[in-house]
Amino acid sequence: MNALVTLAATEEQNPLIPEIPELVIGLIAFAIVFIFLAKKLLPTINKVLEERREAIEGGIEKAEAAQTEAQSVLEQYKAQLAEARHEAARLRQEAQEQGAALIAEMRAEGQRQREEIVAAGHTQIEADRKAAAGALRQDVGKLATELAGKLVGESLEDHARQSRVIDRFLDELEEKAEATR
Amino acid sequence: MSADPTQVLAFESDCHIFSGCGFPAPGLHSFVFKPLFTVGGFEFNKPMLLALLGTVAIVAFFWAAFARPKLVPGKLQMIGEAGYDFVRRGIVYETLGKREGEKYVPLMVSLFFFIWIMNLWSVIPLAQFPVTSMIAFPAGLAAIVYILWMFLTFKKHGFTGGLKNITGYDKSLGAVLPVIVIIDFFSNVLIRPFTHAVRLFANMFAGHLLLLTFTIGSWYLLNGIGIIYAGASFVMTILLTAFELFIQAVQAYVFVLLACNYVQGALAEHH
Repeated sequence: MNALVTLAATEEQNPLIPEIPELVIGLIAFAIVFIFLAKKLLPTINKVLEERREAIEGGIEKAEAAQTEAQSVLEQYKAQLAEARHEAARLRQEAQEQGAALIAEMRAEGQRQREEIVAAGHTQIEADRKAAAGALRQDVGKLATELAGKLVGESLEDHARQSRVIDRFLDELEEKAEATR
Repeated sequence: MSADPTQVLAFESDCHIFSGCGFPAPGLHSFVFKPLFTVGGFEFNKPMLLALLGTVAIVAFFWAAFARPKLVPGKLQMIGEAGYDFVRRGIVYETLGKREGEKYVPLMVSLFFFIWIMNLWSVIPLAQFPVTSMIAFPAGLAAIVYILWMFLTFKKHGFTGGLKNITGYDKSLGAVLPVIVIIDFFSNVLIRPFTHAVRLFANMFAGHLLLLTFTIGSWYLLNGIGIIYAGASFVMTILLTAFELFIQAVQAYVFVLLACNYVQGALAEHH
């Protein structure tokens, strides 16, 4: 015990002098830790950390790609929709224009037909009037001649003279009619 | 001083205030351990046991977390990844860059968790001793970094280039060049590994002494009116334990950060 005390006392003199057995044990202990970590455990965990990093980055990339695709599809749809709207507007416009033209055409056609009918009517009336006037003149002449013949008692055989007399008579009648109008 | 210099735990003595017993102050003797067993002159003591147990704990944790990793991590794997990522991104990539640094990630991760767990023993009940407060442990780790630094320096720049890199050789300095070379040689080649190891050692050493002082104090004062003071001392023990938890992590971080800085210095173009 006494020897141990003196040994301890001499050893106490300088705590900065390393004890060789402790140094050896310390180095061995550290070597064990270092070998386990450097050779086995850290490479293993590094691999997993790398895998995880890749998985996360891959996920992000995938999400980005999906987003880009969604964006492009959306734009496509929007463009299509705008085009469809434009097309519909164009068709509507065209239909309106066509309708207007059709109406105008039909109106013009109607007008033309009306005018034709009216013109045809006029012509017919004129012709009828002329025919009626002619027939009337003949009838009136004949009746007047007959009447005059009966009255005068002599036959007005002379055709030329007869005609002249009748015409004169009728002209007078017409003049009278003109004057009274 | 009536304290037995060979005592290991403060509570081994029945020494209290007002009982004619002096305060068994902690000191250098608190860092001397009776061997647990001896194999052919090789004395196996408590710090060594803790070092090996810590090693088992670290390997077991990372084995459980990383051996069968999943793309979608479980709780343990997530914690492991957070720790791994902290050192990888937070320290190595920050100092060495992603491309240069990747090679040194395993070493730095091992260093960080090894040192942190060895520090953490300080507040683990029953163990309550930071392995890194024995200079041999930080010295071994600092030596590894030092050798790596030297190796990289001379591998990258050749012999004269390496010497220039280490000594901060720069012609434009003119007359002060020899002074700079001498100072840089001392500070880099001779003092750097020493400060690298001692920074960690001294922090843990002092932290352990602080905790011991208040722990022993709480026990020692536990008599008569002293009980009130024992309570204060006990509160201090709790607060310092929390503080030590912080320091332990910080020191592990600083050690690894410095190691990365040294490596970066070795790889950098000399001016």
